[in-house]
Order: sequence, then structure tokens, then C-alpha cells
Amino acid sequence: MIKMVMMVKRCGPAPPGARFARASRMTLPPCYTPPDDEETDTPDDPSRRSFVIGSAAAAAAALVSPLSATPVTTAQPAAKSPPVNATKVALNVNGKTHELVLDPRTTLLDALREHLDLTGTKKGCDQGACGSCTVLIDGRRYNSCLTLAVMHGGQKITTIEGLANGDRLDPVQAAFIRNDGFQCGYCTPGQICSAVALLKEGHATNDAEIREWMSGNICRCGAYEGIVAAIKEARNASV
Amino acid sequence: MHPFDFARVSDVAHAMTSGARPSAKFIAGGTNLVDLMKCDVERPAHVVDINALPLAQIERVAGGIRIGALARMSDVAASALVNEHAPAIVQALLASASPQLRNAASIGGNLMQRTRCPYFRELTWTPCNKRDPGSGCSAIGGENRLHAILGTSEHCIATHPSDLAVAVAALDGVITLHGPRGDRKVAAVDFHLLPGNTPHLEHALKHGELITSVFIPDSSHARRSAYLKVRDRASYEFAIASAAVGLDINAGTIRSARIALGGVGTKPWRARFAEAALVGQRASTDAFRAAGEAELKAAHGYGQNDFKIELAKRTLVRALSDLAGGAV
Repeated sequence: MIKMVMMVKRCGPAPPGARFARASRMTLPPCYTPPDDEETDTPDDPSRRSFVIGSAAAAAAALVSPLSATPVTTAQPAAKSPPVNATKVALNVNGKTHELVLDPRTTLLDALREHLDLTGTKKGCDQGACGSCTVLIDGRRYNSCLTLAVMHGGQKITTIEGLANGDRLDPVQAAFIRNDGFQCGYCTPGQICSAVALLKEGHATNDAEIREWMSGNICRCGAYEGIVAAIKEARNASV
Repeated sequence: MHPFDFARVSDVAHAMTSGARPSAKFIAGGTNLVDLMKCDVERPAHVVDINALPLAQIERVAGGIRIGALARMSDVAASALVNEHAPAIVQALLASASPQLRNAASIGGNLMQRTRCPYFRELTWTPCNKRDPGSGCSAIGGENRLHAILGTSEHCIATHPSDLAVAVAALDGVITLHGPRGDRKVAAVDFHLLPGNTPHLEHALKHGELITSVFIPDSSHARRSAYLKVRDRASYEFAIASAAVGLDINAGTIRSARIALGGVGTKPWRARFAEAALVGQRASTDAFRAAGEAELKAAHGYGQNDFKIELAKRTLVRALSDLAGGAV
């Protein structure tokens, strides 16, 4: 059920009957492919993510069904099989190397979240328009949603999980907390990774420059005042 | 996303054989290709990663500068050589996308990016002659506030989204393409195509060919050049109008000008009428306004985007006035 409903969103070929659902301009979360382990979740093992996904699927189904020319059918249980066009890649993430065999369609973002369970990096728009998926690759900031994981073998990838030194937060993380650099927190991992790179680039000399060079990270809560204050504090602490 | 197989090539010869296969696509930054693959607008069967090719140099060569096609937008924007030689290129790059996207996106890929027309990317598969030739244009008579007013046809009014391409077109850039039979050079102004009856044909690149570099010739216009971008928000947004301008001024008189407009044309719009109107004129707001009038005479609005005709003129006047500075 989950898989079929998810396909009615904005990615992938349209199943029969999906046209009307799409044309109605529903607001649905970005394209999501359930990871293998999620399909084996049992009712007595309700992780928070499974709950959220299930709820979204149920909500989507309620919207889709009355509009569909044909009912949404139950998906076949996914068989455990090698990925399509299986491609090997060794991803070095936060200092640890992971040998993965991926369908090359897997974005770096999905590899991090769904294959390595590093869910700190967030999927917002999934089309390079929000910056919530920002990670560091060899010290430079990138949107992990717009690049394929198999393109990054051998590079040094740093996610929000890799910034702290043990229990000691990165100075930018600590500054975000002290300055209320967030409200709901969803964009925060991307904001912080972006800010770490910004400071390294030397693009934080004044407020206007910080705002321009952080413009690739959108905060829907509008916590920008706190974000700018946090970046200035981290900048001043490092000089 | 449709399935594809993936290969990484480390020399140009292998890129040629891998890229020659039907339905093969080269990938560099991937910021446009991966996005369009997610919406099923692009459906390559083979994706060839060219990032290991040695095409990222930014260097001075005889008569100008050469920017490798795999140089990243951020690296070109940070290049002192490019800024000294052609500041409009740097300004256009810094006005593009976001720092993250500029780190990923290559110069060649920037020139190859496809329109942001929402009907082209539309997920309900409304008619679009670019995506599905012969199906019709949804933007004509539809939501067209962001669409083109110059170079349009009854089949397509989509704008070309690149800022860089506008600056390269203004400054007489030359694009080198490498194919199975060697190199060929195409003037930047001829690289992108008008939609006409074939809006799905967007550029001079043939299947299997690769952009290897962009050359910007030495000129006084390039050295005294600028890029002004007008958009709906202060940053991280495509242009609704932009102007790349270069002036050769002697004692307050314009000897010659180089101008291209962005955000208003179906291709990066080299403004030859505006350039001609400025030759021999004193640098003044009146002369700049007359140049804008000359260029936009041929403009055609489609309702929601009528405002772009006046906006393009004002954008040009401001860009030229700022560039002429004390000469006005």
C-alpha cells in the first residue's frame, strides 16, 4: 500500500488514474522510496519514521482514492533482490568507509539516509531549491539531493553527524543553540553544514555578506536573525 | 527516475565511445540533469560521469582566456584572472543559483541547462513542444509571467535560464566542442538556438559531442564589463530580466558596445540593435534609453509578461549607467 501511494507523487511514471490526482495540485512530501528494512517492520516495532510514513501514506490515500479512475492497488511485497544496474561505491562518510552496492539512481542524500541510516541530513524540496540536504564533500558544501551517490567514491563526505568531536559540539552547532538559530529545526543540519563551509570560505565579513552567501539555505520558520547572529558568534570565536 | 547504467570515464577517448551510445548522457555537476531525471523529463539509458576528465583549467591563452568546461562555477567566480579580464563573467556567476549549486555545477553544464518553464517540468504532463514536440505550448495563454518576450515563436516562449551564457554571448565567447571527429568551435551567439518550429532543438551540440572549453577574447569591452540581474527576490532566484554589458568609451564617447539580455529571450539575447544605437554616442541616460528602445522594438508580450518589455529597457539603462560611471 505504502509503495503504491508514494508513486502517485511527483516522481516516476504515472500509474493509471493518477492524472487527476496530480492535476489537483495536492501538496505532498517529495518523492520517497521506502528502504528495504522498513518493509520488514512489524506492528510491534513501530519506529517513529515508520509511523510518520504510514500516516502520510494514509492521508495521501484518502486524498487519492476518490479522484482515481481506478483504485490504488496493493503493491506486491518487495522481494530482496540486487538493485537495478547494481553499481559498487565506497563512500567515506564522517571518517568511516562504507562499501555499498547501489542502484545508480540513488542520490547521495538517499544513500546517506536510507542506506547508512544517517538521517540528520534532511530531504526538503529534493530539487535543489531549499538547501536542507547540504553536506560537505572534501570541505565544500553541496546539495546532496542533486548528485548521485556513485559519483562520490573516495571523497571525504561530512554530514551533520560528523561535525562534533565526540561530545564536544562544533562551534557553529553550539552557536546555533545559543542564538536560537532555528525554530522547528528541519533546515538546521543544512544551515549548519552550510555555515561551516561559509566560515571556511571567508564569506562572513558582515551581515549582508552572510545573508547573500547563506541564501542557498531556506528557513521556512524565518529564524534568519538567529542564524546570522550564530554565524557571527562562531566567526568571532574563531579569530 | 528511469533506470540507467552508470560509467565513469577518465579520458576523452572513452568519453567519446561511451557518450556515442544512443540515449547516453554526460554528467558533470548533475544539478540540472539529476533534477530533470527525477521528474522523468530526462530519461537517459546510460549516464557517463566525466568529472575525471582533465578539463577544469582556467588559463590565459593567446588572445584571451580559456575556461575548461569542467571548471566549477564557484572556482571561475573566484578566479582573479577571470575577474580582471571579464568582470561580467564573474558577476553573472555570483548572481547564479546558490553557493552549494555553484560548487557542483560546471561551466559546460551551465550552458547546457534547460529551461525553467514550469510546463516543461510540469508533472501533470501538460502539453509542451520542448518536452513532447507537436503537443502544443501551455505557456502561451497560460501562466507566462516568467516567459520570454524576444525570440519567441507560436510553438515556444520559454526563456533560457543561464546568467553565464548571457555574459559569454555579450563578450563574443567561443565554445569548443569535441566530437568523434575532433574539435570544432562555435560562437556563443550561435550555440543556443531559437525555438522556431523546433523548440526541442536547443543548441548546436550534437549527440556524443562534449563541450571542452569556453574562450573569452581580449577586448576593452570585456575588461570594462558588468552583469546586472533583476529577480523576484534578492538572491537564489532566476532572472526576470538581466543585462551583460561591455563598453569601449573614449573621453565620454562610446566607440562600441557589447550587450546581451537575459531572462527575456528564448536564448541568451545578443542585443545588436542596442549596440548599434550606442556607437558614436555620448554616454548618457538618453542614449542608453534609446538603445533599449531600439532593441525592445521587436519584443512581444504574452499578457502576464508584458511588464518585461519596460523592465528590460530599465535594466539595460541601469547596467550601462553603472558601468559608464563618471563618463555619464
